Amino acid sequence: MAKVTIDGIEVEVADGTTILNAARQIGGEVVPPAMCYYSSLKDTGGKCRVCLVKVTQGSAKDPRPMPKLVASCRTPVMDGMVVQNITSPEVLEARKGVVEFLLLNHPLDCPVCDQAGECDLQNLSYEHGVGKTRYEEDRRTFEKIDIGDKIKLHMTRCILCYRCTFVADQLTQERVHGVLNRGDASEISTYIEKAVDNDFSGNMIDVCPVGALTDKTFRFKSRVWFTKPLDAHRDCDKCCGKVVLWTKGDDVLRVSARKDQYNEVKEYICNECRYDHKDMKDWTIEGPRHIDRHSVISQNHYEKIDMQKLKLDIDRQLTFQKGKQLPETTNP
Amino acid sequence: MGRQILLEHINVPGINTFDVYRKHGGYASVEKALKTMTPDEVTEEVKKSGLRGRGGAGFPAGMKWSFLDRKSEKPRYLVCNADESEPGTFKDRYLMEKIPHVLIEGMITSSYALGAKTSYIYVRGEYMYIIRILEQAIEEAYAKGFLGKNILGTDYSLDLYVQPGGGAYICGEETALLESLEGKRGNPRLKPPFPAVAGLYASPTVVNNVETIATVCAIVNMGGDEYAKIGIGKSTGTKLISASGHINKPGVYEIELGLPVEEFIYSDQYCGGIWKGRKMKAVVAGGSSVPILPTELILKTAKGEPRLMSYESLSDGGFVSGTMLGSGGFIVMDETACIVRNLWTFTRFYHHESCGQCSPCREGTGWMEKVLHRLEHGHGHEGDIDLLVDVAKKIEGNTICPLGDAAAWPVASAIRHFREEFEYHVRYPEKVKNPKHFELEPFVPAAAAMATV
Ligand SMILES: Cc1cc2nc3c(=O)[nH]c(=O)nc-3n(C[C@H](O)[C@H](O)[C@H](O)COP(=O)(O)O)c2cc1C
Ligand code: SF4
Ligand code: SF4
Ligand code: FES
Repeated sequence: MAKVTIDGIEVEVADGTTILNAARQIGGEVVPPAMCYYSSLKDTGGKCRVCLVKVTQGSAKDPRPMPKLVASCRTPVMDGMVVQNITSPEVLEARKGVVEFLLLNHPLDCPVCDQAGECDLQNLSYEHGVGKTRYEEDRRTFEKIDIGDKIKLHMTRCILCYRCTFVADQLTQERVHGVLNRGDASEISTYIEKAVDNDFSGNMIDVCPVGALTDKTFRFKSRVWFTKPLDAHRDCDKCCGKVVLWTKGDDVLRVSARKDQYNEVKEYICNECRYDHKDMKDWTIEGPRHIDRHSVISQNHYEKIDMQKLKLDIDRQLTFQKGKQLPETTNP
Repeated sequence: MGRQILLEHINVPGINTFDVYRKHGGYASVEKALKTMTPDEVTEEVKKSGLRGRGGAGFPAGMKWSFLDRKSEKPRYLVCNADESEPGTFKDRYLMEKIPHVLIEGMITSSYALGAKTSYIYVRGEYMYIIRILEQAIEEAYAKGFLGKNILGTDYSLDLYVQPGGGAYICGEETALLESLEGKRGNPRLKPPFPAVAGLYASPTVVNNVETIATVCAIVNMGGDEYAKIGIGKSTGTKLISASGHINKPGVYEIELGLPVEEFIYSDQYCGGIWKGRKMKAVVAGGSSVPILPTELILKTAKGEPRLMSYESLSDGGFVSGTMLGSGGFIVMDETACIVRNLWTFTRFYHHESCGQCSPCREGTGWMEKVLHRLEHGHGHEGDIDLLVDVAKKIEGNTICPLGDAAAWPVASAIRHFREEFEYHVRYPEKVKNPKHFELEPFVPAAAAMATV
């Protein structure tokens, strides 16, 4: 086990845990945002750089600070490590820079984007972004293409997190799409159009943090916040069969895997569940889906307040505020 | 000429062939190492020599070798980095073209020290004719029993392969190189793990520059202690410098480390002074990635001491008033050169070569290029200079590999030392629209203009 302090809050975690996951064990505002890391996909992370944090003490044995900001999603904790996330102005400044970079070539077509309301980039820029762009040039654009008969790729919106390539590597028989070209001309693509066709390809849509990969069977049917999400399941011999049904009246508009509070899928679903059962009768309905109150989707949803959870939130907030007022000694 | 170690026999006719090379003492280090030394003894000599990596970072070679995981069950590899793509650097090409066997010899001796049974030379794709030269040399070495099974009758065997790259600067970054060598897209890896633990095919690997490996021959022949006597302080030995730009004698020179910069630029043995009788404006001393310095600071340090061609002296003053020896790409600019135009060219290069994996470099390099493009073409405005400084700062230190830093440093240093030239571009857009603007009317800094009044 290793003891690590993040923004003044101490937590004990298993050896080998990353700083990001240690922060997730604490929860709340000390958790760095993550756009490319995905807990249920091996080897993801390290690319987007939005999770950068400052290590002011490397470990109990070697207390030297790390010379640069590090990607918290890929840096394992050491016993006695001291980390600053939102208590470091340097981290916040660098993160603001990363968000600006991510938005530089992003089309900001949220009003017509299917992902709006459940887009990690939208949430991120809302929390960390700068109001005005300093970029005067034309944004780069790509043609929309069909990479499979059910998936639309809108490359202009892609932030090159590589998550979809890891899905293809780790969940499907073979990967037929990838990154072509280099630098800001890089694009996710297939050599042959509509080449993506296998039982688990639909998960690429769920892991995409932005609206670059969207479900063609759902495109423009409805804004997500007008739909009612329901937890449901069915017996499936290919996958866990546990899904969210996005419904309007009695119609099932879309089926997706369930995401946790960090917008990550833990149990993937097969394409049959996703595309071939858009009928309430095929499913056992468990009840309404809990929607995180940070999300735009939560607008029209009212839930009973969980008093116990509320108390935990308040306690954590108080500890955090105390942590913030710690003397500056941790920051030489 | 000072001491010549690598280029001593460069002008001997036929030195590119095995026989002539052998007649001039070639392959002696292989004989000495394989027949009279253990691998660890060879490594020890390299450590004693103080040899530092010649690829850019200047990391001590012996120390890198000693980090190689020798306990691992997996095979060990030596990979030679011959991707040489840094603008201003062309010394490896010269060495491989003229004396290919010195690299082959160095590869054999070094592979023996590291316990590698298979080694690779990764050459940039544009050097196709070099690849043919190396393959020819390797064939000769196999025929003479210096490669293959039981070299010189010992129980050491080695296979050596040449691998052409696809023509990407980023594949010179050692982990991108390894990815590319494995047949994958050349994206740099996240570190740790370092190649010494998990490199090529996840096996312990050493990656060294061409010049580093070639130098091992001389170190084994003369002994590490003897080699360490050449040079100055921790900058031991000789270094190949690729000199280019507005000088009378551009070319590749072997210098003893510690040579005064002034002597290197103005002596007839080396660059032979600035061409056309002009004055020098600036120098990029170690390849396009290192900070640019104005004449005053390249000839003398901020403390007023003469600046020397050594790792320590060139970096004296840190990034405020110093630079780096880097890969030894020495680019000289005379008074007619435009710093903004030159910087735009460099930045265009980094934009084009970014692998695109991490957001600050992917997006930031393109942004800086566009701002510099408009400044140089007379469409810049007031805020652009500070914007450049800020974008460079947000890239530096925040990326996966050092290409991000390499793109940010030139921008930061050019503005630090030549801010007035950038302001001139904003103030006189019509004048700078002519690409030869400073040739027609050299730029005079305000301080100098005042002095002449
Ligand atoms: C973007 C980038 C490009 C590089 N290109 C080269 C190169 O062309 N040749 C080279 O020897 N080293 C290059 N390097 C440095 C290598 O990563 C590595 O440090 C070097 O090959 C180690 O050899 P050395 O210790 O002998 O110098 C590059 C580094 C970066 C970040
Ligand atoms: S398409 Fe989506 S998941 Fe794939 S790299 Fe782009 S942003 Fe990431
Ligand atoms: S810094 Fe640039 S070249 Fe290096 S990994 Fe990131 S995007 Fe690729
Ligand atoms: S989430 Fe850590 S770098 Fe992207």
